[in-house]
Amino acid sequence: MRLIASIGEWLDARLQLGATIRETAEHPVPRETASWFYVFGSAAFVVFMLQIVTGIMLAFIYVPSAGEAWNSLQTLNHNVSLGWFIRALHGWGSDFMVAIVLIHMVQVFLFGAYKFPREPTWIIGVFLLIVTLGMAFTGQVLRFDQDAYWGLGIGASIASRVPVMGPSIVNLMLGGPIIAGATLSRFFALHVFVIPGMLIAFVAVHLLMVVKLGINEWPMPGRVVRKATYIKDYHELVKKDGIPFVPAAVWKDMFFSAFILLSVAACALYFGPFGPSGPPNPTIIQTAPRPDYFFLWLYAVLSLLPPSMETPALLIGPVVVILGLLLLPFFFGEGEKSWRRRPVAVLTILLVSVALGTFTRLAGNAPWSPVMDAWSGDPIPPKFLHNRTALERQGALVFQVKQCHNCHSLDNEGGKRGPALDAVAVRLTQDQLIRQVIQGGGNMPAYGKNLSPAETTALVAFLETLHPAGQSPARDASRAVALAPDAATPPSDHP
Amino acid sequence: MTLPSGLTRRDLFMKIGIFLNGIVAVILGVPIVRYLLSPVTHERKGSYESWVALGSIQQFPSGQTRLATYRDPIVSPTDGDTADIACWVRNVDGQRFQVFAINCAHLGCPVRWFPQSSLFMCPCHGGAYYQDGSRASGPPERGLFEYHYRIENGKLLIRAGEMPTPGQASNIVREIKPCA
Repeated sequence: MRLIASIGEWLDARLQLGATIRETAEHPVPRETASWFYVFGSAAFVVFMLQIVTGIMLAFIYVPSAGEAWNSLQTLNHNVSLGWFIRALHGWGSDFMVAIVLIHMVQVFLFGAYKFPREPTWIIGVFLLIVTLGMAFTGQVLRFDQDAYWGLGIGASIASRVPVMGPSIVNLMLGGPIIAGATLSRFFALHVFVIPGMLIAFVAVHLLMVVKLGINEWPMPGRVVRKATYIKDYHELVKKDGIPFVPAAVWKDMFFSAFILLSVAACALYFGPFGPSGPPNPTIIQTAPRPDYFFLWLYAVLSLLPPSMETPALLIGPVVVILGLLLLPFFFGEGEKSWRRRPVAVLTILLVSVALGTFTRLAGNAPWSPVMDAWSGDPIPPKFLHNRTALERQGALVFQVKQCHNCHSLDNEGGKRGPALDAVAVRLTQDQLIRQVIQGGGNMPAYGKNLSPAETTALVAFLETLHPAGQSPARDASRAVALAPDAATPPSDHP
Repeated sequence: MTLPSGLTRRDLFMKIGIFLNGIVAVILGVPIVRYLLSPVTHERKGSYESWVALGSIQQFPSGQTRLATYRDPIVSPTDGDTADIACWVRNVDGQRFQVFAINCAHLGCPVRWFPQSSLFMCPCHGGAYYQDGSRASGPPERGLFEYHYRIENGKLLIRAGEMPTPGQASNIVREIKPCA
């Protein structure tokens, strides 16, 4: 023991680090901040450490070459002892990291921690969010499978819409004219060198500012931030009622971080690594690319926006959001910190989280995507075929063969791109059905050129049977009159 | 020592030092920036594109639309399968052809051809196109991207080499007028 102590003393006499570390660790923090609400920042940091360690582990095996990356992932999954587990840790770690960074941001926002004098800490935090999302996207590309390949195509298609610069940005992003070897190499450089370097630098400054300026005190309704008095008040608070960060507050951070790391490990163990899905061969087109979890909301937004609004939303939206976040502390740098006195802040968080949650959930089953094999894979439920005439059954066949089922569901089977047709006969008359089939419209292609008159007649006959029992199909009241052979003849129900 | 202008010797050397490093930064910076921008300012000025063969026209029967693949005209050793690109070839009437990019004009997902209903459908956001490539429904704002083609010695050639995206499409591929 004495030997270790004397080695320590020898080192410290030369390195001169001990006093700084002790001072930093024991710096006083306001008593109420030793709270379970203040653990998210440190948890994000710990998950980032996990990502660095597992990322380096993966780089031992991974080959950043478009021709070999997918094979090296298979090697990791199947041929390297516990390679699958390291991949799973890294993949789940990334999801946890994005989630914790977002939760941390919400907590900081609701506790008013971005206000004077911590504006730069918040701004660096916004940069940290952006680079964290950058890591998530570039990481998804390094899992060089079908989703990564077509995901890059989507990224390029979005980037190409920038006015004037678009095509150049695409070439710069892909490292050439197409998604190929150079693309993966540059995303590897971004994911492994450039963005982590930025992350480490930003984290260092972020932490330094937290230590130098002191952690945000627990917001009390009525305790208002004023630039003239805040720093004096904060120092008095810390002097009067401060506790050393280590050990008084740090144990909660340690408990939570351990819990998060265990959760990542549990998810990795139980759910396993992400993919890879099919090989990145662009001639295999039987694929329906999906983004990773944290970009699902974007997938939904891009499907649901009206086409004409898409490009403006894609190009202006991110700028507005990022500028808004960056400028927030300058517009609201003083005033109430407590969420109890900031209803607009609480409503903003609620609105944003409900919107993102809804879009993410919608994207989980993607009702806007046609079910590409419904026409051959999902049969028409028997109840729609019982007691039908030959013509109506022929129409059901047309319904399948012409891929109507890919976009229209019957009894919840098939695509949801168009309306469900279980009760279409109640909504549309025979004439309206014929018109809709032939001319399309309302986001449906026109089938006039692709259906013979006989096929159209059969299809419409089938569609007319689609109404709930006891509810009669829609009828055009004037039809009987118009079709009557003689105006003098009273109209009959069955022309 | 103070020079007549009031500038000290130290200040002078400090300024020369900054100036020297500025020159070095430019000397090193120019090639670094040119290296970084090489995908945009690529050597072969003008275009990444050239004529590639899709195979004999016998492979594309009249009145049908078939999948064809080609190797990208510029290949690097690390490209692997990614240099193999697919496209849809429509033989309109035995004389005229249309060659469509595989990429949806919305966000670039691979569209699939359904001969029964004569539609191209996109699995991502549900874009649909008619057999002539014009927009039928869904989020795309235009028809499918179309390659220029020519027939030489019984072979179908297309001008290809750049991934078509909504932003650059007008430069490299013919715009398709929507069906009237």
